[in-house]
Amino acid sequence: MAELLQYLLSGVTVGAVYALVALGFTLIYNASDVVNFAQGEFVMLGGMISFFAWQAGIPLPLAAILAIIATASVGVLLNKLAIEPARGAPVASLIIITIGASIFLRGGAQLVFDKQLHRFPSFSGDDPIRILGATILPQSLWVIAGAVAIFLSLWLFFAHTLTGKAVLATANNRIAASLVGINPNHMMTLSFAVSAAIGALAGVLVTPITLTSYDLGVAIALKGFAAAMLGGMGIPAGALAGGLLLGLIEAFTAGYVSSVYKDAVAFVVILAVLFAMPQGLFGRKAMDRV
Amino acid sequence: MRLSRKHLTLLVLALLIALAPALFPSNFYYRIGALIFVNGLAVTGLVVLIGFAGQISLGHAGFAGIGAYACALAPGYLGLHPGLAMLLGAVLSGGVAWLIGRPILRLKGYYLAVATLGFGILVSMVLANEAKITGGPDGREVAELGLRGALATIGIGLSNAQFWYAATGLAMLLGAWVALNLHDSPTGRALRALHDSEVAARTVGVDVARLKLSAFVISAVYASLSGSLLALMNRFITPDVAGFLHSVELVTMTVFGGVGSVPGAILGAATLTLLPQALTVLQQYENLILGLIMMLVMIFMRDGLLPSLMRRLKGRG
Repeated sequence: MAELLQYLLSGVTVGAVYALVALGFTLIYNASDVVNFAQGEFVMLGGMISFFAWQAGIPLPLAAILAIIATASVGVLLNKLAIEPARGAPVASLIIITIGASIFLRGGAQLVFDKQLHRFPSFSGDDPIRILGATILPQSLWVIAGAVAIFLSLWLFFAHTLTGKAVLATANNRIAASLVGINPNHMMTLSFAVSAAIGALAGVLVTPITLTSYDLGVAIALKGFAAAMLGGMGIPAGALAGGLLLGLIEAFTAGYVSSVYKDAVAFVVILAVLFAMPQGLFGRKAMDRV
Repeated sequence: MRLSRKHLTLLVLALLIALAPALFPSNFYYRIGALIFVNGLAVTGLVVLIGFAGQISLGHAGFAGIGAYACALAPGYLGLHPGLAMLLGAVLSGGVAWLIGRPILRLKGYYLAVATLGFGILVSMVLANEAKITGGPDGREVAELGLRGALATIGIGLSNAQFWYAATGLAMLLGAWVALNLHDSPTGRALRALHDSEVAARTVGVDVARLKLSAFVISAVYASLSGSLLALMNRFITPDVAGFLHSVELVTMTVFGGVGSVPGAILGAATLTLLPQALTVLQQYENLILGLIMMLVMIFMRDGLLPSLMRRLKGRG
């Protein structure tokens, strides 16, 4: 029983990170139909910038806020300089642009920072908390709380604010949104900024547990993308569910089956789900417009 | 007689392959050339899948892995000649593609991308983790093809690098010829029709599911042969050949050069194989510049390098 709970706790922690990254994918996808493969680099930037700011003597909370703002600006720049000029380009070209951006940001981080692994202290110490025989790190609670907080604020934003509804309107139909006075370019900029900030927050929260380095982006983007697809691309609730599910599958496979095949089992489950539900768990059936 | 576009393309490719060595300052360049041709072969298959049929794949390195490890394992375990092992790999890849293609190709767009990605990851994990059979992450030696020795006995003496330059160059040319023929065949037209609109293609009687599947199988065989050639050329192979990064690299080359065009994709393979080699001089700036070039080309030449250049040339002329 304690074992089961232990796997559950570690699965939820990892899943919360995946969910945050998947939410970042979802926001940008909704605003621009682009799957942003540089999403993992936002996570990396969040961790790296806060580490180096903290090392330079800035208090950690301030360093974290600085990192999130800086990463959000990178997101805005990515949109303004690379995605907006390429509007209307084929989807495959847009994917390559974001992959290029990911390589570029990795190269930049390697140059500005370094190639070492870095860590800063946990927010509330490193003494594990015991729950029914299982243990959880206080930092894991921060990660989970962060994911829940972000999800709730996004829900409030989309359901109850005019700006949030404008973003949704743009996602639904760009031209119609323009006709009712929404500036789609502003909505895209906003989405990139928020998405990058969420990625950076995930990076800040997870660095004390998993460490950070300039090249962690690819692996995390891969998982976040898979989680977003599992839940159904473009649906925030799907991103949350997909992320948590992916984290849990990995934790239970690593615990009960084999740790080397945890990624493999995760992808087998994703394949199985997609065969049964080609639009993901929460996706609606798409209709072809002829 | 006026040359058709297909023959012109093949002629230019053949001339480039044959004449390039005149400019090579050292033997090392034969090796770079061979790497370009190996990538060019895989990328030609992706033109059939992505460019003609409009189906994305982020897992084709998985098939390259099957081809590569068929050459690494079959000679030892089954006593097959490495050349036959290459065929076995191609048959195996085609078979696997046929089996998984049926359910996978029902998915569209990014969902197809993540499903193929999952397949590629499964292959690379099996190759990395079944160390008793595959040698694990450290890789494994591959048997000698033996063709170079046979050529030497009939009086054609080539250095190892020269031999592989010629062999992979021929393989790529052959691959391009097949793909270009396919482009103009009824099947190719049907594939391109379903790329433009699946509904419209179905309405005029195209068997969409079967055609997508054949494009998937064809591209898998191309990737497999490319993996086999890489294994035989390097005489050594690691699971990285099947890795996610290799899949992404192949798609990037295809789209970068021009996804709808065989010579375009080959140009993409050449550029993105050469570029990292050239950028090693700049050491720590390598990633920065590579990423920048990828973004700039895709922003300003959204159809890819070759189609955009051709259009600009025609626009002036």
